[in-house]
Amino acid sequence: MKKSMGETQEEYYRGVRMVPYDLVKELAIALAGFGVLAIVLAAFLSSPDVPPVTIATWSQTDPVDFVTTATGELAGTTGSAGYGQPYNSTPDAYQRWGPIAPQAWFGVRIPVDSANAFVMEPLKRATVGDTTLGAALSKWEGATADQQAKWLDAYTTALPDATLADGKVAVVDGDYGPLPAMMSNLLGVAQSGGLDGLLVINGRFYQTDYTQPLLFIGDSGYLEGLVADANLAGDKWGVMNETGQYPGQTWLWLFSFWYQVFPFTSDSGFLGLNAGNADLGIILIMTVLTILLALVPFIPILRDIPRWLPLHRLIWRGYYASKTSTPART
Amino acid sequence: MSTQSKPASWTLRVRQAIDRHLPMDHLLPDRQPYYVGSWVYVFGVVTIAALVWVVVSGVVLSFFGPQWWHDSSIGRFFNSLHFWAVQLFFLFMVLHLWGQYFMAGWRHGRAATWMIGVVIFGTSILTAFTGYLSQQNFDGQFIALEAKDAMNAAGAGAFFNVLNFGQMYGLHVMLLPIGVTFLVVAHIVLVRVRGVVKPIDAEGGARS
Repeated sequence: MKKSMGETQEEYYRGVRMVPYDLVKELAIALAGFGVLAIVLAAFLSSPDVPPVTIATWSQTDPVDFVTTATGELAGTTGSAGYGQPYNSTPDAYQRWGPIAPQAWFGVRIPVDSANAFVMEPLKRATVGDTTLGAALSKWEGATADQQAKWLDAYTTALPDATLADGKVAVVDGDYGPLPAMMSNLLGVAQSGGLDGLLVINGRFYQTDYTQPLLFIGDSGYLEGLVADANLAGDKWGVMNETGQYPGQTWLWLFSFWYQVFPFTSDSGFLGLNAGNADLGIILIMTVLTILLALVPFIPILRDIPRWLPLHRLIWRGYYASKTSTPART
Repeated sequence: MSTQSKPASWTLRVRQAIDRHLPMDHLLPDRQPYYVGSWVYVFGVVTIAALVWVVVSGVVLSFFGPQWWHDSSIGRFFNSLHFWAVQLFFLFMVLHLWGQYFMAGWRHGRAATWMIGVVIFGTSILTAFTGYLSQQNFDGQFIALEAKDAMNAAGAGAFFNVLNFGQMYGLHVMLLPIGVTFLVVAHIVLVRVRGVVKPIDAEGGARS
């Protein structure tokens, strides 16, 4: 029963008064008591379960936002289209702090071509039996990049004033090339629920990877509005939140805290840390803090604070009371 | 100890090592130092009880599949039980952590116990995080989209894709719970091998 410190438990506790203690009974009581508490909370407070956003509900509820987002995917102006690693290789899109740029180190591991994946491929599948759409796609693909950019620019400029007619998006007359026909078809596929399936199938039958539809929905103003309405946005402590009045991941409070303070709220920042590389900076800070927490036993000051603060006298109240009345027997 | 005195049987050597370091009266002691009567010691035991309820409710949920709790009132109840058990698990684990900090529980050769405790805390956060991502509802979507930026910026997103439900669900119901449980067992074994630490100033101050 020798310990690595050269002392057995019996030696360590020599002179300490030992009293009967029923560990198993204590655990059994804790199990029962905790079970009652958890069951009561579950029965009376339930748990949050707001239905997920689908591309169908998004496109039915806000067709203009859907078409605007899809047009942005084609133009390469959305968040996912210009995200950088691990989805694509958009130059200088990754976060870095000096030479530290782990986002770029592993390259494009989860390739996502937003224009093709979210717009062109679904439309090509929808051309079966639709010669009008087929002609529109041929016209688009046969045009020069410069011509495509002009059509996209004109259509993007017109979309903020778009109106709805019979569930379809209408813009003022202009030279948009085949874009209105393409987007009208994509909207129809989306509203029918077909796009939800097309973005996850990817040539497979079984699938559990929602990277593409989630990125597409994440590009939308529709989701952003829902998140803001539910007070879940990043400036409202983001990822630690849960819908309704339920507690979320409250244990992530320190992680979320850094997003609310300088330098991560500032564009200029401090020592190269700013809003632009906040995710990287905060991950680095939390990594350092976690390592410090683990190494507390070896860090002067941090390991001495408990001795300086009198809280341990409250915790071991009986021990210290007995010490003041009788000599310590340690 | 000379090599000649070591038994040839690996089984015997393991048994003797267990007998030497963790005899049954240390694993399940019926007597403790009188200062263990403080209420702060309860937090660790309640955290273990919470983990049991988290695992049991999680096993029920995983048995019936990730869709079940959205469509069934009984499923919703078990999800709620899992949800609240996790919330309370973290509450008591944090209370236990702060309690051990102010007791300087790492003293007298117990630094490894503290460090494993911190790793348990971190692994539990990762486990809960993958659970929130596996909810298959609006919260799961929003959390995944919010969290991907931090994961990607750290380089982890290339291998730990928070938008991939299958990957997150697999980690949540299998690997990470096994990791937490293994670490908790190691933590408890270390506590039982060394015994609870003496009050501060009994000897050695707050140093390890």
